Amino acid sequence: VRFIFKTNYAQDIRIVKHGGQAFWYGLLMVALLVAPWLVGDYWLTQLAFILIYSIAGLGLMVLAGFTGLASLGHAAFLGVGAYTQAFLLGIGWPFLLSLSCAAALSAAVGVIVGLPALRVKGIYLAIATQAFGFIVEEVLARWESVTGGNSGRNVPGVQIFGFEIGSGEGFYYVCLAICVLCTLGVLNLMRSGTGRAFVAIRDSEISAQSMGIAIAQYKTLAFAISAALTGLAGALYAHKLRFISPDQFGALQSIELLLLVVVGGLGSIHGAFLGAIFLIAMPQLISLSKDFLPAAIGQASGLQGFVYGLVLVGIVLFEPMGMYGRWLKIRTFFQLFPFYRKGMFKRQKSFTKSERLK
Amino acid sequence: MAFFQLLLSGISVGCIYALIALGFVLIYKATETVNFAQGELMMLGAFVGLALMQVAQLPFLVSVVLAIAAMAAFGVLLERVVIRPILGQPQFTIVMLTIGIGYMARGLVTMVPGYGSDTHALPVPYKGQTWNLGGLVFSVEQVVVIVVTMLLCLLLYLMFSRSRVGIAMQASSQNQLAAYYMGIPVKRLNGMVWGLSAAVAAIAGLLLAPMTFVHVNMGFIGLKAFPAAVVGGFGSLPGAIVGGLVIGVVETLAGAYLPEGFKDIAAYVVVLVMLVVKPNGLFGGAMRKKV
Repeated sequence: VRFIFKTNYAQDIRIVKHGGQAFWYGLLMVALLVAPWLVGDYWLTQLAFILIYSIAGLGLMVLAGFTGLASLGHAAFLGVGAYTQAFLLGIGWPFLLSLSCAAALSAAVGVIVGLPALRVKGIYLAIATQAFGFIVEEVLARWESVTGGNSGRNVPGVQIFGFEIGSGEGFYYVCLAICVLCTLGVLNLMRSGTGRAFVAIRDSEISAQSMGIAIAQYKTLAFAISAALTGLAGALYAHKLRFISPDQFGALQSIELLLLVVVGGLGSIHGAFLGAIFLIAMPQLISLSKDFLPAAIGQASGLQGFVYGLVLVGIVLFEPMGMYGRWLKIRTFFQLFPFYRKGMFKRQKSFTKSERLK
Repeated sequence: MAFFQLLLSGISVGCIYALIALGFVLIYKATETVNFAQGELMMLGAFVGLALMQVAQLPFLVSVVLAIAAMAAFGVLLERVVIRPILGQPQFTIVMLTIGIGYMARGLVTMVPGYGSDTHALPVPYKGQTWNLGGLVFSVEQVVVIVVTMLLCLLLYLMFSRSRVGIAMQASSQNQLAAYYMGIPVKRLNGMVWGLSAAVAAIAGLLLAPMTFVHVNMGFIGLKAFPAAVVGGFGSLPGAIVGGLVIGVVETLAGAYLPEGFKDIAAYVVVLVMLVVKPNGLFGGAMRKKV
């Protein structure tokens, strides 16, 4: 049982809440830092993918989890970031400069996509972003002089200040550094006034508006930040794969990103990481389990899609706060040890409130 | 002449979009949720029809009726098992749920050995026939699509305006709580709406099957039916039909007259323009939430 007695505001918004957190996150950091010596090349690659997807997940989390704007076209930002990076490196720009350009261009595109978000919401916004995603995918496929078209294009290796980083351990550290920076950035964002405004917009747009929050401005900002983070992830993704083609940034990728944040837990930063771990680990687990399943099921190509769908349906039905919600329940159980009640996290039922009121 | 020929094929494609959009709109109107698995329901309907024709060797009309009935039952079941427990949750939850159902449906069909991963031609009696009428070539498949869509619209119109069930559905779609107080069994109606929508999806699948093929990913055409539903205004049944036709015709004409690549994105460009200019669609009512 732990009891934190808060005496002032600065303590309330502290990033590290107590010594236990400092210890465990420090341990995680150390483990990630020494990972190249502990695990083989293959698992290091998977770890780098988890970090990259976590950055993209953080981006979508800012938009869908904290601002409440669902986007079904986030792979488009991933694509914009990836192709900007590939193109700028191709014409000889340095790594860090083109990385920031990739983020900036994605943010600019995000602002453009955010424009319809000022007028439409809910399901209309999802469709608008999806439509936008399709258009970007088509542009990537047709603008052959820049993107190489459907045949794809190669991405040069990473060089920072003249040092060749390669794609193994060096690149893993680049991913780790960027991921930690992004996470700290989002953590700080969410405890600042801007982040609070995002959450207020998510919870009730009308009450946020009546509290003096400029809805249009903050929604556009949320789109820009989200797109920038996703674009950053896209740039790293391009480096990791070394070869990109438009079909990697299609509708299915968008849905996978959404799956990531929902399975991980909407509205929590942990959720982005847990979701990324799920997304990367699931195919591995499935291929491991293939040996134990009967051949008719184990060898079928649809198994992965089926499992994804099953997990998604299960999460939505039984654990709406995702994997992080489950962890929260377990933690609360131990923190309050004899006093945990079953109904503490119960969902409130309500009548469907119509969005089309007469 | 070429223009009219294009128009004809655009209309027949548009009818398919319209039928899928009709499924979205039915569910949206009644329960204010959006079913992202509508395309997959269509795919399942086509596969059930195919299985009845090829495996069970039933005659064409019998298997069509059976397939539609089976899908209607499946829709009711789906509503009862997965949708009803989370009624009243935010819209986004149900969107994710139906995306998950779509994934599962696609995965399951792919796992059927020897069937799921291949493309099949649906053996319909009118396959490949054409009529020649004053220089225009009518392929029977297209004509069947258009005629069936028109009949179905008439049927739905009669149902919603004349029958007791239809009027009850309208009432429940306007205000669930008030309808419930009036003694309308809202939950049962929601189940029936899902069944109806799945049946419409099955019809769309069976109509589309002779024109393309039956395969696992045919449900992705549902992604183009979203623009159709939005263009028409998401809550309006005639809107879904008009929206479907608009998208179908625009897409076909874009394919013929604009550079390569525009055909695939025409629908999305139309919907983005529509959302910016008139977010409620052609037939949609004003929406403004009151406090």
